[in-house]
Amino acid sequence: MTLGLLLTQLLNGIQLGVLLFLLASGLTLVFGIMSFVNLAHGSLYMMGAYFAAAAFNAFDNSFLAAALVAIPGALLLGLLIERLLLTSLYRRDHLDQVLATFGLILFFNEVVRAIWGPASVYMNVPQALSGTVDLFGLAYPSYRFAIIAVGLAVGAGLYLVIHRTRVGMLIRAGAANAEMVSALGVNIKGLNSIVFALGAGLAGLAGLMAGPIVSVQSGMGEPILILTLVVIVTGGIGSIRGAFYGALIVGIVDTVGRVFLPALLREFLERSVAQAAGPAIASMLIYLLMAAVLALKPAGLFPVKHG
Amino acid sequence: MNRLAGLEVQGLVKRFGGLLATDHVDLALAPGEIHAVIGPNGAGKTTLINQLSGDLLADEGRIVFDGRDVTREPPWRRALAGIGRSYQITSVFPEFSVLQNVVLAVQSHAGHSFRFWRSVMDEPALVQPARAALEQVGMSALAARPVAALSHGQRRQLEIAMTLATGAKLLLLDEPMAGMSHVESEGVVALLRGLKGRYTVLLVEHDMDAVFSLADRITVLVYGRPIACGTPDEIRASAEVREAYLGDQTEAY
Amino acid sequence: MAEATSNPAATGAPTGASAATSGPARRITARHAVAAAVLIGLGLVPVLASLLNQPFYVTLFTRILVFAIAATGLNLILGYGALVSFGHAMYIGLGAYAVGLLGHHGITSGWAHVGAALVAGTVVALAVGAICLRTSGMAFIMITLAFAQMLFFLAVSLKEYGGDDGLPVASRSDFGLFSLADNVALYYAAYAVLLAVLFLFWRLIHARFGMVLRGCKVNERRMAALGFPTLRYKLAAYVISALVCVLAGVLMANLTKFVAPSYMAWSVSGELIVMIVLGGMGTLVGPVVGATALLVLEEVLSSLKFGIDAVDKLVNQHWLALIGLFVVAVVLVLKQGLYGRLVARDERAAHEAKPGQGGAGKAEGAK
Repeated sequence: MTLGLLLTQLLNGIQLGVLLFLLASGLTLVFGIMSFVNLAHGSLYMMGAYFAAAAFNAFDNSFLAAALVAIPGALLLGLLIERLLLTSLYRRDHLDQVLATFGLILFFNEVVRAIWGPASVYMNVPQALSGTVDLFGLAYPSYRFAIIAVGLAVGAGLYLVIHRTRVGMLIRAGAANAEMVSALGVNIKGLNSIVFALGAGLAGLAGLMAGPIVSVQSGMGEPILILTLVVIVTGGIGSIRGAFYGALIVGIVDTVGRVFLPALLREFLERSVAQAAGPAIASMLIYLLMAAVLALKPAGLFPVKHG
Repeated sequence: MNRLAGLEVQGLVKRFGGLLATDHVDLALAPGEIHAVIGPNGAGKTTLINQLSGDLLADEGRIVFDGRDVTREPPWRRALAGIGRSYQITSVFPEFSVLQNVVLAVQSHAGHSFRFWRSVMDEPALVQPARAALEQVGMSALAARPVAALSHGQRRQLEIAMTLATGAKLLLLDEPMAGMSHVESEGVVALLRGLKGRYTVLLVEHDMDAVFSLADRITVLVYGRPIACGTPDEIRASAEVREAYLGDQTEAY
Repeated sequence: MAEATSNPAATGAPTGASAATSGPARRITARHAVAAAVLIGLGLVPVLASLLNQPFYVTLFTRILVFAIAATGLNLILGYGALVSFGHAMYIGLGAYAVGLLGHHGITSGWAHVGAALVAGTVVALAVGAICLRTSGMAFIMITLAFAQMLFFLAVSLKEYGGDDGLPVASRSDFGLFSLADNVALYYAAYAVLLAVLFLFWRLIHARFGMVLRGCKVNERRMAALGFPTLRYKLAAYVISALVCVLAGVLMANLTKFVAPSYMAWSVSGELIVMIVLGGMGTLVGPVVGATALLVLEEVLSSLKFGIDAVDKLVNQHWLALIGLFVVAVVLVLKQGLYGRLVARDERAAHEAKPGQGGAGKAEGAK
């Protein structure tokens, strides 16, 4: 276990955390303000990745083209779904929302398979970022570093919007007490659309950035969605701060855990037991973490205080 | 079941963020007493009842019921100890019939419910007391009616019947006459008068006719703090009360 | 219970007030006919299959029975208790893996399979349920999903037991007196389990336990105020529903002679919920109707021929997309469920039939 390896995995964990944050922030706002269970959020991430990969490959490896297609594309798709379908579900109970968005997942997973085939679509790391950067003597892939940088920048931007603008204030108020905001005469429908579109755009951005480093294929959204749900539940539903810290914790624990836990277990347990138990426990690690957090703080680490 | 029980509340405090909703409330209900709590809207009457029933936990203070400190107990334990409540927004079970609702209430105090075979309607130990409770409130004829078909006033009566059916010794009634017609209110007043001496009752109500004719004593709550406590005559005569509360009423009592 | 049908397990238990008093026997309505038809029909499938010389139907309908059992189990807490668990497929997986793991080590006794499955299921359900039931609403949905994923990844990581690829099951469960090796025997074993579960649930729904569960669905705060310690009843119901799914898993492993983590995929949990809602939440026979309808639909779509080559290809290969849209449509339009609508119609009729006796109440629609 060298320091270099630890540092690399730590950075990888932060990079995963940053991606999770992009997804979790949008999703937690939708949960918190509209009390809407949107399982199709993973599908928006997937569509972002597919749009990005398709544009990248069609426009001669242009990352700019990919960005220009993926982010607005996901945003518009999100708005379309929201306007056409989801507004009629806002008033209904969570079961209906779960089912309807589940249906959307099935639909989108099959649509991408029909359009792009069942095999993974490849998207190369953009030329400019295909090298490495020097971090404390460690050579870390530039692209992954860029993801961290973009993610933190977006996080800072979100913080500014949420805490320094009028729209942000309405969003915070809505997360604390949605009915009150509506009763105060704020155009809640417009606010809902803005929040949903924001989340969709962030999901698209996450899909764009993940494109070169994950397999872009049908069904890629769901494992990430479930990780995102763990983040939100651990961090606190409706809380951006919870989404941020929760995402970093989950990203780091999952990445570092998978690499080091099996090795750690081999130090203490008999080889064959460690061989079997190591990967098993590593893959369950974040769920155990979530369970532990919930046992102590059922509302998450940074719960939103409700009015 | 016939033994009466008293309630003592000492220094109850509840804060919501910066707002002091319950401000050092002291109350003492003698066994068998009907004690009304009145006050303008926002006085914290429902918050007080919620703390007594356990739906809210007080920040400071003590609640002693029948000699037992229940301050930190969850609602179901308080219910089993003998505290029953009705809600401001009628909380009955619309999916079931009137009788089934009351049977459920009886069931809550009839041992555990890990029984999987025998239909509850085939258990005389549950159905007889349920029918008796319906008789007590005069709703026997409606036993088989689905609750969805009842009028608002009838649902309120049903809720009281359910509270009685649990064998509660202390009844916390949160605006039982809200939304009722004059005729329906008179029915409930008669019902409550019939409970005098047999149950201890804490009654939150806006209907002053009812309050002054039923209550043994009245506490007046303003902004979460009691400003007066006494017999109806004393309250009627009190200048502070008149100023703080009754002065807003158009009719003089 | 004055239910006028020949098959006591065939009645969908009414969720409403019609069981309040024992009055004159009610007419046999469409809903009873449908329930009887479905259950009796399912009993005759092997006979029809052999008459038509299509043994495939036995396999298909065994699968339908397995899902009907699982959906019925989940319906106990979802339909009657309003606990939306998005992770119940993990109990199907648990039951299947009990058979797979024991079989892998040479144990083929059906009693061992079922016993181990039930014990493991109880332990896991108690642990998971105790944690999940600390939350409610959206958080509950998400946490049950997360736990199912945890078990899914655990199964994937068990390399000696096949990991992601799964594990073949050498032989079917042997119960001594009978074995499930024969397809028809397996079919009727599953059928018997389904009928038994339906019957036991029918009793349970009207007994004290069922009433507490149903009360919690409507107004849990009120139940607590009445004096019910609701958590223990919800947990017990969760465990019971999990064990029914475990049994379904044991049968599934026998049917396919294979166990894989995919049995526990989150989409399977989703499909269970679809079946329940499609058939009719909170009705006894609804999940059976829903499971049959959904799986038959999937089967039909994947082999449907319109004659036009391009359309056929699209539908046969991508029928899941159509199922997805179908699910959305069900939520928007068919919320009560195919069978549930019949139940609701009966209850409305029963309410309107009650003689008006004083009081201003007009019979309002039950749903």
